[in-house]
Amino acid sequence: MELKTVQTPHVPVRYITGGAGPALVFLHGAGGITPDDPLLAALAKGHTVYAPLVPGYGDSEECGEIRDMLDFTLHSWDVVAALGLTDPILVGHSMGGMIAAEMAALQPNDVSRLGLIAPAGLWDDDHPIPDLFATLPYEMPALLFHDAEAGAALLTAGRDVTDPGFLQTYLVTNARQLGMAGRILFPIPERGLRQRLYRIRAKTVLVWGDSDRLIPPVYAHAFKKGIAGAELVSIPEAGHMVTLERPQAVADALGRLG
Amino acid sequence: MKFTWFNLMPWPYLPDDFRETNRSVWVDIDQRLFDPAKSHEVYNTYMDLLEYAGTLGFDGIGVNEHHQNGYGIMPSPNIIAAGLARRTKDPAIVVLGNSIALYNPPVRVAEEFAMLDCISGGRLVAGFPVGTSMDTNFCYGQIPSLTREKYQEAHDLIIKAWTTRDPFAFNGRYNKLRHVNIWPRPIQQPHPPVHIPGGGSVETYDFCIDNTYSYSYLSFSGYLRAQALMDGYWRRVEERGAPDKSPYRAGFAQTICVAETDEEAERLYAEHVSYFYNRCLHVYPGFADAPGYRTIKTIQTGALSQYAPPVGGYAQLTWKDLVEGGHVIAGSPETVRQRMEELIKGLHVGNIFCLMHVGNMPADKCMYSTRLFAEKVMPKLRNIFPEYADDTRFWCKPLEHRVTAGALPAAPARAPIPAE
Repeated sequence: MELKTVQTPHVPVRYITGGAGPALVFLHGAGGITPDDPLLAALAKGHTVYAPLVPGYGDSEECGEIRDMLDFTLHSWDVVAALGLTDPILVGHSMGGMIAAEMAALQPNDVSRLGLIAPAGLWDDDHPIPDLFATLPYEMPALLFHDAEAGAALLTAGRDVTDPGFLQTYLVTNARQLGMAGRILFPIPERGLRQRLYRIRAKTVLVWGDSDRLIPPVYAHAFKKGIAGAELVSIPEAGHMVTLERPQAVADALGRLG
Repeated sequence: MKFTWFNLMPWPYLPDDFRETNRSVWVDIDQRLFDPAKSHEVYNTYMDLLEYAGTLGFDGIGVNEHHQNGYGIMPSPNIIAAGLARRTKDPAIVVLGNSIALYNPPVRVAEEFAMLDCISGGRLVAGFPVGTSMDTNFCYGQIPSLTREKYQEAHDLIIKAWTTRDPFAFNGRYNKLRHVNIWPRPIQQPHPPVHIPGGGSVETYDFCIDNTYSYSYLSFSGYLRAQALMDGYWRRVEERGAPDKSPYRAGFAQTICVAETDEEAERLYAEHVSYFYNRCLHVYPGFADAPGYRTIKTIQTGALSQYAPPVGGYAQLTWKDLVEGGHVIAGSPETVRQRMEELIKGLHVGNIFCLMHVGNMPADKCMYSTRLFAEKVMPKLRNIFPEYADDTRFWCKPLEHRVTAGALPAAPARAPIPAE
């Protein structure tokens, strides 16, 4: 997989690309994504994958002009246009799933295949989603993974937490990435998607980890109810980061989109 | 020098095992620890203490805004300030301040501050904090990375509302108002002096310098730890080409406890200081700094939230730790004078916010400490900056003739005769 740059009207956008086959756009979650992501590798076996970074993620330029849900949605459509793609398979995880669903609701004639992996975007008072923004690093693995211990190892892999510069780098990265994510996820990750879900016409596959403790599976049923004909694939022994814990199972589920 | 007597208004009944049994004093503090019936006395005592300080020669009495917070039961400082404006005659009413990004629309602040200025006869000092991340983001739901943009717009709107004499339209990103025309408007012209509480962000330095606002560092960790931050501010004042380095361009909050002797100070105040530093500042680190609240530039300068856990984690701080570390300036009048002089000269600050009610301190001890400071310390610190004695830019300018509240004539027995 390679990291490239494409110019959009607001900002240059970094994107990870690779593989061969039908075009698939993957929108990452609030934690970001790297070229060694196992799900991208699995998807690249049968697709040409394009995974754009939200401005401010990784080494990409920030964009002050992207402030609200409509800005995020239109910017993501700008990225698809800048990549020269028409009706790609559109897939998103968590925050990326929220954006993908909004894209499909806003321009229903431009998306015929939609994959939503534990998407954010709905809120149920009886099942409040934990406050990711008040969660300390050491509390993350239990929230995000089925196997917290293995998850912790994945999160800290390649990082030297004893390095004195680590905290500052960590804080800067968090400010850039979660600062941007907060514009659509803080303090409650809901921006009115529920009242727009009916507009989605795409064949839709929902993928959910059975032990998702961040956005619990009850939300899968709310999405299924809201999107006509949506199929739900539940993946056992996987949490919110089902993309890292069971990448091949996720890729197989998305295979139903063709 | 300008001395403002400040009361954070801590809830004085947090249990002894508060730290062990609660994760945070702020945001998600246990509702059941607040007793509304007891608060009746707490509020009135705290307001009495502010009024008392106003009779002892303090230049100002100060209040501030926090939400869902066990050490600050003052979500609306303007309500307290309104009471003080009525019951005091001379001291400045220092509201430090209203978190202007939280008011919708912010003309509400322009209006309420105008009311306070009018009721007090021009005694308002207006503070515009961005607000802590706990208050602004976690309690009041503002999006962290947009908070500063919204704050900036609120500031521009308030100043324009104060200084424009005809109705105007305000087409902001966060505020769309077709007819801005505040009524009343403040006595002080062009507007009341503005103080900006900050915690070390470079953007805030520049904002104060460019607008001739006073920069207030409201730290609880004392003057020794503030040196680097205040040095940074003064360097910036120079770099930015400000016409002078008036000490009134800056303010500093300091916890102060005075007794007859150093030993008496420890005996009287140690438990209350411990209550504040060990119980009241027990903030869950997850609430200290929402990602995006602090700018990248500020993080890169190494300025971390004062609510973030200290290196090595939290420990129980003793009286000795706190006094030697300068968190608290305490002791005999002479000890306090020496250390205050060090603080004032070292940080080069003209505005001191004296935190003299500490933690669960009862009224009598607080009055004792306050009176000793006013009588035996303050007079000796008055003229540290004689060359700036005429700098009135950062303080209120009250009307010369002010009415006395509660001075109605005797109730008329018959229909009053209209004046000619």
